[in-house]
Amino acid sequence: MSDDAVSPEEVRHVAELARVDLSDDEVDQFTRQFADILEYFETLDEVPEVDRDADLTNVMRPDEERDSLDRAEALRNASETEDGYFKGPNVS
Amino acid sequence: MSANIFITEEEIDGEGDGPLAGTTVAVKDNISTEGVRTTCGSRMLEEYVPPYDATVVSRLKEAGATIVGKANMDEFGMGSTNETSYFGPTDNPAAPGRVPGGSSGGSAAAVAAGEADVALGTDTGGSIRCPAAFCGVVGIKPTYGLVSRYGLVAYGNSLEQIGPFGETVEDAAELLDVIAGDDDRDATTREVPLEDNSSYADAATGDVDGLSIGVPTELLEGADEGVVETFWDAIADLEDQGAEYHEVSLPSVEHAVEAYYVIAMSEASSNLARFDGVRYGHDADADGNWNETFAQARKEGFGDEVKRRILLGTYALSAGYHDKYYKKAQDARAWVKQDFDEALSEADVLASPTMPVPPFELGESLDDPLQMYLADANTVPVNLADLPAISVPAGETDGLPVGLQLIGPAFGEEQLIRAGSAIGR
Repeated sequence: MSDDAVSPEEVRHVAELARVDLSDDEVDQFTRQFADILEYFETLDEVPEVDRDADLTNVMRPDEERDSLDRAEALRNASETEDGYFKGPNVS
Repeated sequence: MSANIFITEEEIDGEGDGPLAGTTVAVKDNISTEGVRTTCGSRMLEEYVPPYDATVVSRLKEAGATIVGKANMDEFGMGSTNETSYFGPTDNPAAPGRVPGGSSGGSAAAVAAGEADVALGTDTGGSIRCPAAFCGVVGIKPTYGLVSRYGLVAYGNSLEQIGPFGETVEDAAELLDVIAGDDDRDATTREVPLEDNSSYADAATGDVDGLSIGVPTELLEGADEGVVETFWDAIADLEDQGAEYHEVSLPSVEHAVEAYYVIAMSEASSNLARFDGVRYGHDADADGNWNETFAQARKEGFGDEVKRRILLGTYALSAGYHDKYYKKAQDARAWVKQDFDEALSEADVLASPTMPVPPFELGESLDDPLQMYLADANTVPVNLADLPAISVPAGETDGLPVGLQLIGPAFGEEQLIRAGSAIGR
């Protein structure tokens, strides 16, 4: 395991950023596994800087009105709706 | 145990008699089907019913195909064994008791078991080629941009393509003919680069006379002995048919697995941010504010491997780590592309074993995610380089299927189909 192996606090912090609640067991398990995986990712240090000139062009289309999903269809999978809107939890 | 090939068995009929009239197709369950639930192998989308069809599904229907079901898969495409599916693992019809490979394991198994004539899967880092190899069927990962991703639930969108499975190269090519081509709903697509009146299926002639095959030595290192033996037997067979081979070196591929996982996880952490249980997806029925409710829905809705990748991707993109991981991974990606361009300037196609090992036993590899990632060493470089590749059954080792992978230049699918159809002739 490398010196800068990930700590349980870091796992909790990242989980909070990613909005994934974790159990204590999951924190333990991920802390161990992330140490191995991140140590392996460290070998990217050996990769030289490479010139990245992608031969790409932007794809544009005329800004014209076209059909979209109707409201009922778009709301069909929502657990809660109100007056034709999605209804989410309280923001604070 | 039941083979558990499908998550949802429901027949969707095509329209009239197109080129696929009378052909049955299994569709991987991360490809949207209007009115038929599309779960991505996840509890998060257990009850999600898309209000529209993916472009490839519209094209199947127009071609007259009959869709027979939504195929089992690793959750959100994250796995190489089909064991991360919330709906349970799929057994391998070609090697019972073994995994079918993943993540498109249900699609490959459907073709191998005769449950469907052909199937659609998706390939982000090998998810078509791995199960094709493990189940002894043919799978094609098209060039990035050949097939529309509209309606595919995104995992690593700079890497993934939808592609066909078939029992033969010609069957898979026929399905590719139907799904390939530009789509104004996916700006990364382009027109099929075929001459008028020709098709991918027409290319399945098995003519390899004068074909130049490059064999990257790095992709044989560390592979199972029986797999390597089967591989060389297949190459010798192609030589007998008029092809020649030479060894090539791709030094960059030594870093392909880590580059692939950093990029795929980073993209996953962003793409899967949409699953909050509000517009669609698992509803946690939790109290608390917006953030707490989301975190609870995602805790309950996602399995271990998905959480692992979202967290590692979030970590790799977070302040202070971005340059160390993500930027270096993009450098490695560009390096891999350069290496392939060079090798393909002196060979028509490159060849390797598709997977360095025969199919794992069910349950063998769940506990060590890193070991699992390393098994993708031969397939991920192709996605990093946006190139097409095909996996064709090459024979068996100890009664277990071995796949041979051919890699071609961008939009060189015809060449791969021609060469692939010579294998096992």
